[in-house]
Amino acid sequence: MDFLAIFNSSISFILAPTTIAYALATLGLAVHFGFGGLLNMGMAGFMALGAYGYAIGVLTFGLPWYFAAFVGIGASVVFALILGIPTLRLRGDYLAIVTIAAAEIVRLLLLSSAFGGITGSADGLSGFNGPGGTITNPTVGAGGFNESNPIPPGDYGFVPFLDNERTWYLRIVGIIILTLAIFLVWRLVNSPWGRVIKGIREDEDAVRSLGKNVFAYKMQALIIGGVLGALGGLMLAFSTNVNSSVYVTSLTFFLWTALLLGGAATVFGPLAGSIIFWVLQAFLGLLFPALADAGLMPFTTIQAAQIKYIIVGFALVLLVVYRPQGLFGNKKELTFVK
Amino acid sequence: MSSMSTVRQNASRLASAVGAFVLAFGVLGLASPAQADVVNPEMPFKISGNVQNKGEPIAGVTINLTGGGGYAAAVITDAEGKFTAGVPEKEADYSVAVDETTLPDGIAVIDNPATEFVEANVQTVTVGPGGRATMNFFIGQGERHVTSMFDQVVQRLISGLNFGLMLALASVGLSLIYGTTGISNFAHAELVTFGAIATLGLVAVMGEGMLWLAIPLAIVLSAGFGWGLDAALWAPLRRRGMGLVQLMIVSIGLSLGIRYTYQFFIGGVTENLPGSGAERFNLFGSVSLSIIDIVSMGVSVLLIIAFAWWLSASKIGKATRAISDNPSLAASSGIDVDGVVRIVWIIGSALAGFSGILWAYFRPGIRWDMGGQILLLIFAATTLGGLGTAYGALVGSLIVGILVEGSSLFIPSDLKYVGALVVLIGILLFRPQGILGRKERVG
Amino acid sequence: MSSNESSSTPVKSTGLHVGAIKPGVAKKDPILVADGVHRQFGGLVAVDVEHVEIPRNAITALIGPNGAGKTTFFNLLTGFDQPDRGAWSFNGISLAKLSAFKVARRGLIRTFQLTKALGLLTVMDNMKLGSTEQTGEKLSASLFPFLWKKKEIEIEAKALEILTRFKLDTKRDDFAASLSGGQRKLLEMARALMTNPELVMLDEPMAGVNPALTQSLLDHILNLKKDGMTVLFVEHDMQMVRHIADWVIVMAEGKVVAEGAPDEVMKNTAVIDAYLGSHQDIDLGAVTGRITLPKISKEK
Repeated sequence: MDFLAIFNSSISFILAPTTIAYALATLGLAVHFGFGGLLNMGMAGFMALGAYGYAIGVLTFGLPWYFAAFVGIGASVVFALILGIPTLRLRGDYLAIVTIAAAEIVRLLLLSSAFGGITGSADGLSGFNGPGGTITNPTVGAGGFNESNPIPPGDYGFVPFLDNERTWYLRIVGIIILTLAIFLVWRLVNSPWGRVIKGIREDEDAVRSLGKNVFAYKMQALIIGGVLGALGGLMLAFSTNVNSSVYVTSLTFFLWTALLLGGAATVFGPLAGSIIFWVLQAFLGLLFPALADAGLMPFTTIQAAQIKYIIVGFALVLLVVYRPQGLFGNKKELTFVK
Repeated sequence: MSSMSTVRQNASRLASAVGAFVLAFGVLGLASPAQADVVNPEMPFKISGNVQNKGEPIAGVTINLTGGGGYAAAVITDAEGKFTAGVPEKEADYSVAVDETTLPDGIAVIDNPATEFVEANVQTVTVGPGGRATMNFFIGQGERHVTSMFDQVVQRLISGLNFGLMLALASVGLSLIYGTTGISNFAHAELVTFGAIATLGLVAVMGEGMLWLAIPLAIVLSAGFGWGLDAALWAPLRRRGMGLVQLMIVSIGLSLGIRYTYQFFIGGVTENLPGSGAERFNLFGSVSLSIIDIVSMGVSVLLIIAFAWWLSASKIGKATRAISDNPSLAASSGIDVDGVVRIVWIIGSALAGFSGILWAYFRPGIRWDMGGQILLLIFAATTLGGLGTAYGALVGSLIVGILVEGSSLFIPSDLKYVGALVVLIGILLFRPQGILGRKERVG
Repeated sequence: MSSNESSSTPVKSTGLHVGAIKPGVAKKDPILVADGVHRQFGGLVAVDVEHVEIPRNAITALIGPNGAGKTTFFNLLTGFDQPDRGAWSFNGISLAKLSAFKVARRGLIRTFQLTKALGLLTVMDNMKLGSTEQTGEKLSASLFPFLWKKKEIEIEAKALEILTRFKLDTKRDDFAASLSGGQRKLLEMARALMTNPELVMLDEPMAGVNPALTQSLLDHILNLKKDGMTVLFVEHDMQMVRHIADWVIVMAEGKVVAEGAPDEVMKNTAVIDAYLGSHQDIDLGAVTGRITLPKISKEK
């Protein structure tokens, strides 16, 4: 059993492009729930719109990658508006159900054969990051994200962070976006706007009675968090194909686990939680099958791969019961305002 | 190891990790009406066939396939008149229909000249244990078979009723738990799955002939599971005074943990309960039902009536309604709230377990996430009817069931769940108390 | 709060009404006029007020039995609930269809029966939240501190001044949740003052407040009037009502049943029967027979 390889593989997740993607989405969830008290269980829908918006922008509309990215972001803003206008006045658990349903509708629409021409239905979309062109008109350089890579081809870094120029480019772009996002959220949260939002999270009516337009604030929080989710989806789209089977409700639940793990009402909690969560995921996902292979565990390799998900589920229960403020949250700040 | 191969190893590990990730999530799809005209890992089995006009192949004909669990696909015959469709499950029936509007003018599906069978443009094909099936349509000069709209509507209505009654059994439990404790219990889906899996396990142990005993035992086990959950988890958390949002997230974590435990034990394959592939017999026109459908609907109706009587007439039933209405008042008037809630959990879980068995026959097939596939529909049903009222859950379930089955008359069948979800959102927006619920006073 | 602090003797405003006193009598200078306000919950009529006017720069008490519709009336006037029909205007401007935050912006501030001091924010943050002048609260401005830093300092100074008046200045950096119930009431009132209101509507300000704090609260309410504001409050404590109210409005079963100066309203037999009870001047112990009062010659 190659412990070193497992270890290296897991550690490499620390700044993998997918981890950065999930960190962005978790940060969005922090804005929604940690700071705004909005119970958004449909973050996967925002991510899907970011990813598919970008891919469709390149493939169907022939836009260069930086404009297509805005299509993805724009789609999530529209989704936030459509979702928010009628639903922001709903009670917490109702909002949760509505957001799950909305995200599922987005996924089903993207999966359906009715729009297969644009969305690729069950096969998803690919070939939008570099040479490949549109579905109907393959030409070189469509989208062009990979072409915009200034790093010369080759492998850089050291084990476990030994990657090719594409991954490094992704990583750098991702870190830049993530840093800007964290800075933005930190600024917002420590401003008078952030103060109003914190008040709204605890008691809307109190804030309303002081003359603040509570609905506008909640909508702003919804949009900001939604854009962050879309950026997460965008990062995923930069790194691999888009496929609707990724953006399922379980993804949202994993984001929530990462959020609560790090500390829902903190600015760095989402990043920390995401890193810990996905590194652990990778580690457990490799460890148990390896143990099973080596005959040390009484189950098959396939079964072993499921164990990490079981652990995640029960870990979430324990987390919420015994340490709801997460690793870095402040107990006094009460993650869950009753 | 040279550095290059380490790099390749790491890169391929990363790629396979991401790929496995993506694929694993794919398997998690909550409602996965799959759609593909290719055989792929999600559609590992296939139905293939031929469309010919007097031996001449016809290209460009649309073939529509539908099956249990929401499977729907459309494929087109190629230049040789052949079509292939991937299907998700073997040992299951699929309905294959030629869309006669895509045939060249003047011809329609006719009887097979080599046999005496009278075939309509819709055939039922069984994909057996081999995982493959073939079939042919013969076309020629003739009258088009139009399945009368009326027949289709009636078929959908009956199917919707069947589905709705099954949903009702699951929804009633959820609604009552919400009413008495305020928890939106996401893990309810796993109680549904439990009934089916327990039956599977009991049949495996006791033998197929003991199905008549396995089912009641499974229901008892479900009741026990519910009792255990309340005793070990929910009651202590309630005593702690944990907030509703926290409890909801606990239920989410529980749902994930239990669901993957199921997958751990039964894998990703679909199993079937004995008697699943029962023959459908014709009622009239092209409306058909199997004996299982009839038994299932009959028992559901009986159970629901019995439950409704219990709620209105028995002391505990009345206590349940009192607690749903006003917990603190109920408690201060001497009702043992914890005891009643425990009973609600027991009965709700038993009903959910039974609903899971019915769902296993309806889909058909048992999967580790079969409960999750209908969880949102259960939420839709309970919210539509009025969270907290049992009659509301019944009314809502019937409406959702008929809506889901009936909507495939108007919209592409792989979007049929979308209709129910839209209704769910609409209800929460415009009448959050549902059809039978009462509006809460603010402040 | 200590008993040897000389509490201000309230100067009662008189001559507030125009014409004969009856429910719905017009006022010389009304700040709030409500007409035909009706709110029904299912079969229950919660509020059915034909006409009522609140006099400006006076302290008006709204009294009545539980379930009379007082809090619902508050909710309706301040936009926290929508009536079935009705119209009301504030300084001549109609408020009827406005949402709660817009009503508050117009200068009509309310407090709640169950105090809504934001426990997860510090006392100072609570106060700063009350200010309506901080442009940094807008999303676009919040990202650039140089736009709102100066105003923040001003607001903090004003908050500190008000906190000192309410004797909460030492608690400025504590979380509001750590304050006692009475201190939270004071905080809610102090926070309301940050908005520069014209009309302050207090929903049972004395509920659950210990007697020592009551005097302090009374003084603060009197100061509101001194500073030119109008006060409308709901209360059950008749001593307090008699002490500071200039005008009393009595509600029962959703309707206004009586109005007038405190002493007169409390002699009104209908009000006594419905609400006050005929022994309201006598020690409850004497009424129930548990204690014997020394005999005093009865004088009327």
